Amino acid sequence: MDDCIGDCRTEIPVMLEVSNVIREGKGQTSFFFRHKLECKPGQFLMIWLPGVDEKPMAVSYSSKNEFAFTSQAIGKFTTALEKIRKGDKLGIRGPYGNSFSRKENACVVAGGVGLSSVSTLIDALKNPLIIYGARTKEHLIYLKRYKNKNMLITTDDGSFGRKGFTTDVLEEVLSKNKKIKIIYTCGPEIMMKKVFDICNKYKVELEASLERYMKCSFGICGACMIDDKIVCIDGPIFNSSQLNKLSEFGKYARLKTGRKVTLNEYHSWKD
Amino acid sequence: MLQTNLCGIKLKNPTILASGILGVTKESVERIGKNGAGAVTLKSLCHEERFGNANPTMFGYGDVFFNAVGLPGQGIDSAMKDFGRLDNLSIPVIGSIYGYRIEQFGEVTKKMDSMKPAMIEVDISCPHMDYGKPYYADPELTAKVTAEVKKNSGKIPVSIKLSPNVYDIKEIAHAAEKAGADAITAINTASGMVIDIDARKPVLANKIGGVSGPALKPIAVRCVYEIYETVKIPIIGTGGVTYGRDAIEMTMAGATGVGIGTGVFYRGINVFKKVCDEMEVWMKKNKVKSLDEIRGCAHG
Repeated sequence: MDDCIGDCRTEIPVMLEVSNVIREGKGQTSFFFRHKLECKPGQFLMIWLPGVDEKPMAVSYSSKNEFAFTSQAIGKFTTALEKIRKGDKLGIRGPYGNSFSRKENACVVAGGVGLSSVSTLIDALKNPLIIYGARTKEHLIYLKRYKNKNMLITTDDGSFGRKGFTTDVLEEVLSKNKKIKIIYTCGPEIMMKKVFDICNKYKVELEASLERYMKCSFGICGACMIDDKIVCIDGPIFNSSQLNKLSEFGKYARLKTGRKVTLNEYHSWKD
Repeated sequence: MLQTNLCGIKLKNPTILASGILGVTKESVERIGKNGAGAVTLKSLCHEERFGNANPTMFGYGDVFFNAVGLPGQGIDSAMKDFGRLDNLSIPVIGSIYGYRIEQFGEVTKKMDSMKPAMIEVDISCPHMDYGKPYYADPELTAKVTAEVKKNSGKIPVSIKLSPNVYDIKEIAHAAEKAGADAITAINTASGMVIDIDARKPVLANKIGGVSGPALKPIAVRCVYEIYETVKIPIIGTGGVTYGRDAIEMTMAGATGVGIGTGVFYRGINVFKKVCDEMEVWMKKNKVKSLDEIRGCAHG
């Protein structure tokens, strides 16, 4: 029989000093930590703001001795994060979750702040085609960071790049470019569902980073379930064959209470 | 070898997913079943939808796991639609219920009863609004809740889940048995606090939380041992069971069912299969043919 003594798992937030704060766009902010983090593209951290809340955030920058996450001010927690300055401390635990496969001849499709969940993947790939969209010019992030990348930009209102949606561009690209072997995506689930349908139509492999309300992040509370999958440990990245079996993908999510609601209701609920 | 009869429910083994871990959807129940559990306890449901506490709601270090989730739940009415009948799932399901007031326990029990669980477990950790103390802390309150649940539970057996945060758990167990309980689940988490000295604040948003994990096991074994000497009804021994030998120890203290909750954190969802395999290895080595041979053998 195994011996329990000395091999018990530890998952507790560690307070780290914020080494830099970068305003990326309208309400989007990156928080940097001068700290070594072993992580793979697509993984996430749990960020604790003492006295407020703790939420999952994708690792958006990762180098030898520095990492960051990028937050968009939406609810109570992310708005409170806006007040955090260089020198303040945040509680960090992780990284958690699985990771993207990192195959070449890839196209990355990102919507809004979802770009932060695929940014360490973009950094790891040789020369991916990036299709990136946001509501307006003000909502676009990482424009300087990715100025040398092969990037097609859309905005809903046409204030920057092409007017329209990432999915329109993806369909055009896939109908012409037969070299693309895999699509990686993160953004609003409605967009990812469209990306999924397009990938099925053109028979191109897909990996999508899904979001569900999370509490523990290590697979025991059951808050983030989608069908029989536990997003925090089985995901957050799911491939085409897994997505094909998820009846709730693009349709339903569960509130903090565990009640299953439509994606619309889920997104209009602010914790 | 591990077959267990719990209040007439035939379990393929004594391991039972404890309430509060994963048992929030039908799909998660089936997944726990596939990973070897003998039965699954749902996350507790009450008469209304609850959002629970802000995060962090749980964390673990070493032998300690610590949580204050704040009983979030979709509520019994929504759960009835979400789950449908519980008796057509591939594994026996224990429905965990609670209310704020005594009559709400009855109301939720009646609805849970209509979902046809194998058993109803009653979480009596919620403080009573009229008495200002939790039901578990007073034998009379425990008896009142038990009687109310029994009145509404039809033929489905009822287990009362007790807390270790009391002076004398024996008198509480005795009160539950006298009021008609068919089983006792022992124990809930032990009350505690953890402060992050860098944040200078308690880590849990709720400040006070419950300790589980291996650190809880000696407390749980003591409680099961004491309750076994006090009541005749079966006990579901829960608290810190992580390895097969913990389950054997719980059985020797007098447990019929063995609850596993935090064990999922330490060893993964297949902890049930691992624990059962380890129990069998120990039993073969020690020439024990059934758990009946060793149940309560630590007494006397």
